[in-house]
Amino acid sequence: MIKVYTSSVIDASAEAVWAHVRDFNGLPKWTPFVAESRIENGEPSDKIGCVRLFRLKDGGVIRERLLTLSDYDLQCTYEILESPMGVENYVATLKLTPVTDGTRTFAEWWAEFDCAPEREAQLSRQIGDGVFQAAFDSLKAAFRR
Amino acid sequence: MIRVVRSAVIDAPIERVWSVLRDFNSHTAWHPVVADSHIERGEPSDQVGCVRNFTLQDGNHIREQLLTLSDRDHVSTYCILDATLPMQRYVATVTLKRVTDGNRTFWHWESTFEVPRGREREFADLVGKGVYEGGFAGLRAYLRGAPRAAAPRGDALQGHGMLVSSFGGPEVLIAATVAAPPPGRGEVRVRHTAIGVDYIDVYVRRGEYRMIEPPAAPGMEAAGVVVDVGEGVTHLLPGDRVAYACAPPGAYVDVRTLAADQVVALPDEIDDETAAALMLKGMSAQYLLHRTHRVHAGETVLVHAAAGGVGLLLCSWAKALGARVIGTASSEDKARLARAHGADAVIVTRDGKFAEALQDATGGAGADVIYDGLGGPAHGENLAALAMCGHWIAYGHAGGAHGTIDTNALSAKSATLSRPVLFHYTATRSRLVEIADALFDAIRRGVVRPEIRHRYPLSAAADAHRDLESRRTMGQLVLRP
Repeated sequence: MIKVYTSSVIDASAEAVWAHVRDFNGLPKWTPFVAESRIENGEPSDKIGCVRLFRLKDGGVIRERLLTLSDYDLQCTYEILESPMGVENYVATLKLTPVTDGTRTFAEWWAEFDCAPEREAQLSRQIGDGVFQAAFDSLKAAFRR
Repeated sequence: MIRVVRSAVIDAPIERVWSVLRDFNSHTAWHPVVADSHIERGEPSDQVGCVRNFTLQDGNHIREQLLTLSDRDHVSTYCILDATLPMQRYVATVTLKRVTDGNRTFWHWESTFEVPRGREREFADLVGKGVYEGGFAGLRAYLRGAPRAAAPRGDALQGHGMLVSSFGGPEVLIAATVAAPPPGRGEVRVRHTAIGVDYIDVYVRRGEYRMIEPPAAPGMEAAGVVVDVGEGVTHLLPGDRVAYACAPPGAYVDVRTLAADQVVALPDEIDDETAAALMLKGMSAQYLLHRTHRVHAGETVLVHAAAGGVGLLLCSWAKALGARVIGTASSEDKARLARAHGADAVIVTRDGKFAEALQDATGGAGADVIYDGLGGPAHGENLAALAMCGHWIAYGHAGGAHGTIDTNALSAKSATLSRPVLFHYTATRSRLVEIADALFDAIRRGVVRPEIRHRYPLSAAADAHRDLESRRTMGQLVLRP
C-alpha cells in the first residue's frame, strides 16, 4: 500500500475554497488536467455512491465513485473504479481546514493505493505532483489576492 | 459547551515544530503567558499521563495532564486537572500537519470546555486569543531565536544568601550564590521579601544547635511571595504573600524551596516586614502565654530581656491578658521601651541581679510566672524571684546554657519548670494555623506590634548578629534581601 500526501495553503476562506471544489462533477472547472466530466445515470453530484466519468486532457478516461462528502468536515473521499494508471484499491481524500490566523485554507489531498513495486516512485510523483499539487496550484492562482 | 479552534501556518518544517510541541513542558520556553512550569514527580515530559504544573504571568495556576501523544500523527491531547480559573472539562488537542507545498507546518489547536454562565465570551477570548493565538506568535518568535523574558521553569532559580561557612562567630557568615530547585511534592518555592533574625540563629551559627552542616544558610523565619508550588499543595498559590517560622534553618536567602505545610498565607493587613519580624517571636509569645502557661488576670509575670524581640511581645500580650508585668532590662532606654509596650515596671540590672528588686516590687510574693530567655547564669536569681507554686518557663538561654537544673531546688517552692520549644507546638498543621491565626488576630487588634529598629541588608547579616549578641539591640531585627 502506497500513500501519497500533498498539502498546501490557499489564500481564501475554507468556505470559499470548499464552494469551489465541492462539486464532484466540477474537476474541469478548477483542475488544469481534466477536459470534461459527467455523473453517470444523471445522478446529483453530491449523492453518495455517484460515479463521475471524466476525460483527461491527455485522453485518458477515469471513473471514480464518491464515498464520502462532508460539508461539516469539508472533505471528500472517492475511489477509482477504472483508470489507465495501473493502480488498485485507490482511495483518495481531499480535505480543507480553516486557518484562523489570516483567513486562509489548509488543503490536504492524499491517496492510498496498490501498484507494481517498480512503479511506486513514478506513480507517487505523478499523483502527488502532477495531480494534487497541480490542482492546488490552480486553486492558489484562482484565489490569489 | 464552548469550542475554541485556532490554526496557523508556521514557516518551519513539521519536524522542527513538533520537536518543540511534543515536549509537554516546553511552553515555558516559548509561550508568552506561561511564567513557570514543571512536570510533576519528575516524569519525562513525553510520558502520557504526566502532569504539567504551571503558573501564568497573571498569577493563575493550572495543572494539565497529557492524554495523547503521537509522533506518527503529530497529535497531543491534554486536559486541565485543576486551575484557579473557573474552567471545567477542558480538553485540548494540538495537531500538526505537514504543508508539503513549501515545507511548512499547519498547526491546529482546538478545545472544548465549560465556564460559568455569562462568561463564555470572556473565556473563549482568553483561550482563543490569549493562549492559542498568543502561542502561535510565541512559537514563531521562539523559532526565530528571539529571547523570552521569563526564566525557564523546571530549572532551579538562582539567588543569593548568607551561609555559615563553618561554626563560629559572626564573621563565618559569608555571601554565596544559592539555588532554589523547583518545588517537589508538598513543597513551595518562596521569594523572600523580609527575613527575621532570631537568637536561635546565633546558636545555629555557633554550632550549639546542630541544625545545619556548613556551609549552609541559617535563619528560621521569613516572609515573601510564592513563586510556585509542588504537587499536593492546596493551601498556597503562586503570588500568595506568605510567612513561616520553622526548622530546618535556611531563611538567610532571597529565594528558597521548603516544605509547604509550615508556610501560612498572610492576611492583607499584615505587611511582609511585620510578618518576618513576628512569625517566630510572636508565635512564641502566643504559645508561651496561652499554652505553656495560661496567663490569668492578676498574675504577676516576670519577663526577662523585656526590650528584646520576644520580650516586648510578652510584655504587651501579658498586659492585655490582665497580668501585672514586670520586666528586666540592661539599660534605662530598654526599660522605657518595655514600659511603652505594656510593662508595669522594669528592673534595670547590669549585674544579673533582679530577685531582690522583684520581691520588693511584689511585697515578697514573687513572680507567678517567669519567662526566662537568659539561661544558666540566672538560675539562682530566678528561683529566688519565683512565687510559691510558681511556673518557671525557660524558653531561651541568651546569657548561657541552662545546663543541669536541680529538680530538688524546685521543691523549695513547689515550682513547675517548663523547657518549651516553639517547633513542638507548631509541629502539626492544625496547631500551626491555630497559633498563627491567634498571632495575626493579636496584631490586627493592636495587642502586639512590631518594634523594628534594626534593618540590615541580607549581605550584612554578620552585623546583625554582632549587634544582637552585644545586647545593643531592642525589639526585632529584620534582614532585607
